[in-house]
Amino acid sequence: MNAEDRALANRKLVKKLLWVIAGAILFTIALVPLYNVMCQVTGFNGKTGNSAEQAAKSMKVDNTRWVTVEFTSNVMPGLAWTFYPKQTSIRVHPGQIELATYVAKNIANQEVIGQAIPSVSPGQASLYFKKIECFCFQRQTLKPGESKEMPLTFFVSPDLPKQIETITLSYAFYSAVK
Amino acid sequence: MTTATDVHAHDDHHEHHPAGIMRWLTTTNHKDIGTMYLTFSLIMFLVGGMMILGVRAELFKPGLQLMRPEFFNQLIGVHALVMIFAALMPAATGFANWLLPLQLGAPDMALPRLNNWGFWLLPPAAILLTLPFTLALFGIGDGAVATGWTLYAPLSVQGGLGVDFAIFSIHLLGISSVLGSINIIVTIFNMRAPGMTLMKMPLFAWGWLITAFLLIATIPVLAGAVTMLLTDRHFGTHFFDAAGGGDPILFQHLFWFFGHPEVYILLLPVWGFIPHILSAFTRKPVYGYKAQVYSFWAIGILSVVVWAHHFLTVGMPVPALLYFMYSTMSISLPLAVLFFCWIANMWKGSMSFETPMLFATGWIILFGIGGLTGLVLADVAADAQYHHSYFVVAHFHYTLFAGGIMGVMAGVYFWLPKMTGRMYNEKLGKLHFWLTAIAFNMTFIPQFFLGLAGMPRRIPDYALQFADFNMISSISAFVLGLSQLLFVYNIVSCVRGHGEKAADKPWEGAEGLEWTLSSPPPYHSFTEQPVIK
Ligand SMILES: [Cu+2]
Repeated sequence: MNAEDRALANRKLVKKLLWVIAGAILFTIALVPLYNVMCQVTGFNGKTGNSAEQAAKSMKVDNTRWVTVEFTSNVMPGLAWTFYPKQTSIRVHPGQIELATYVAKNIANQEVIGQAIPSVSPGQASLYFKKIECFCFQRQTLKPGESKEMPLTFFVSPDLPKQIETITLSYAFYSAVK
Repeated sequence: MTTATDVHAHDDHHEHHPAGIMRWLTTTNHKDIGTMYLTFSLIMFLVGGMMILGVRAELFKPGLQLMRPEFFNQLIGVHALVMIFAALMPAATGFANWLLPLQLGAPDMALPRLNNWGFWLLPPAAILLTLPFTLALFGIGDGAVATGWTLYAPLSVQGGLGVDFAIFSIHLLGISSVLGSINIIVTIFNMRAPGMTLMKMPLFAWGWLITAFLLIATIPVLAGAVTMLLTDRHFGTHFFDAAGGGDPILFQHLFWFFGHPEVYILLLPVWGFIPHILSAFTRKPVYGYKAQVYSFWAIGILSVVVWAHHFLTVGMPVPALLYFMYSTMSISLPLAVLFFCWIANMWKGSMSFETPMLFATGWIILFGIGGLTGLVLADVAADAQYHHSYFVVAHFHYTLFAGGIMGVMAGVYFWLPKMTGRMYNEKLGKLHFWLTAIAFNMTFIPQFFLGLAGMPRRIPDYALQFADFNMISSISAFVLGLSQLLFVYNIVSCVRGHGEKAADKPWEGAEGLEWTLSSPPPYHSFTEQPVIK
């Protein structure tokens, strides 16, 4: 191979490798939406979908079965609120629409906006835990010292795998971001 | 773009290359650049070592004696980043620069100027990484990155100035590795001597070829992840911020999608050159060449689909856990093939144990322990117990200190006579090996027990029941650190021209094109390419 041939071959291969690198960068960018879609489809990571109304209509209540739904709460650093569930658990039949309530209080001396992020465990159950109305769908604003009851309407889908008898719903309240 | 063939053109006036510092700043010679990489690596190895000795000094006794917990956190994270990115990776790249042209029968690397750039990005990266330590002394910021080397969100989103410095440092290190990899791939594909087919190529070149492919495929993922971290910190995005609809677990996925292949990026070059050493000191040809090449490929490919075993406890669904457990464990099959080949290479060989062979033999055993303890951690049920404990720390030091650094040391002793033209002091070399091997085990075996007993990693204080093992581990760590001075002494004395003159082929059983050149080799390696039959 003479000098020019080799220079040309080198340049060609470098170009190909740059394409590989560009591909790896695109792949990384694509991973973010892919990851979110994957979590929503499979319920990985306890992420729950929000559109439950349509399913609610054509659903039969399974009276033969009980499921315990437990409620927990966290206030994340940077939010001067107290936040706790009024009931620690509810026993429900799959398919039956239920109401649960959390209570939040702003202990800061200024108006604060918060955003609750739900998570369901076991992750497998998150696909079958449906929220019809939830305080986590919007941001919540509390005046200084104000306390508010925050309702949540939900049901457990009758398709919930048989071995799951307890579902834990956890909310983390964050200081809302822009 | 300059190509190697330009080197031919310069042949008639190559005595005019600039002297002093300008020689090193502007050099495009593969041996000069290799030397710079190896020197940088040795310096950063000592820097990273001193950091961890600070940590071990703090852990000598329970309670807080020497430093604030914040500073302790900075030391452990920067120690890891320095050792991985500034010591082990540059060592491998330094060897690639030195040896690939010699072993492939090429005059130089394919892209010499790119090569120079690849190296000179490293010192600024190292400075960026460690500068916050100094800035903190002047009251600027709160010190270096304190999140551990994994930079997990949300901690790294909230962390101080040091995180930003670490992010920019990782960008530079990443660009440097990608440039180095492009150069290595092009060199291997286009610069081999006539007649040297891919399947006749030395295993070191094979190891590096796969490493280089892994680097260009995964470094962009790491760079992307830390860039998202940067925009989360300063530009109002919420990739990893749950409050804004992001997900901190996503960071772990991105990080380890790079991080697991990184393990093999660090190890494959070593797996590449160990067979050369085994073959030389057993006076037998490399055993199972093809099996080793195929195993390299199998491990390279498997390494990009097993990443989540680093966070099995994060709450993944059972099918995902099972997938990552079985896929991780399946890597041990090709790895077992490699172990078999290395041991079979020694079987009935006429062995002699000069320093490189001592290191290579010790390496097989210690790296084997690293691999076996990795199987324990890959087990979903067991990992729930051992995750984030000192068991993990001991495990990855068996793979990266023994499997990585001790392997590199075997290579240094093996090729040092070729590179410098001088023999190192054999007695001191052997002493260095024995001190290193014993002190290393005495440092990390206690950590296995600490981990089994439940001591968590990355915590500056511990319960009283862990005191004895920590004391043994700390004392041994200092012995381990100090014995590396023998290594430095041996290298420095060879470089300065002390010691016996080395023959062109100082090891009687050694094979390969590099031994056909003088020791040290001429400034331009193969001006006439040899022909392989
Ligand atoms: Cu891994």
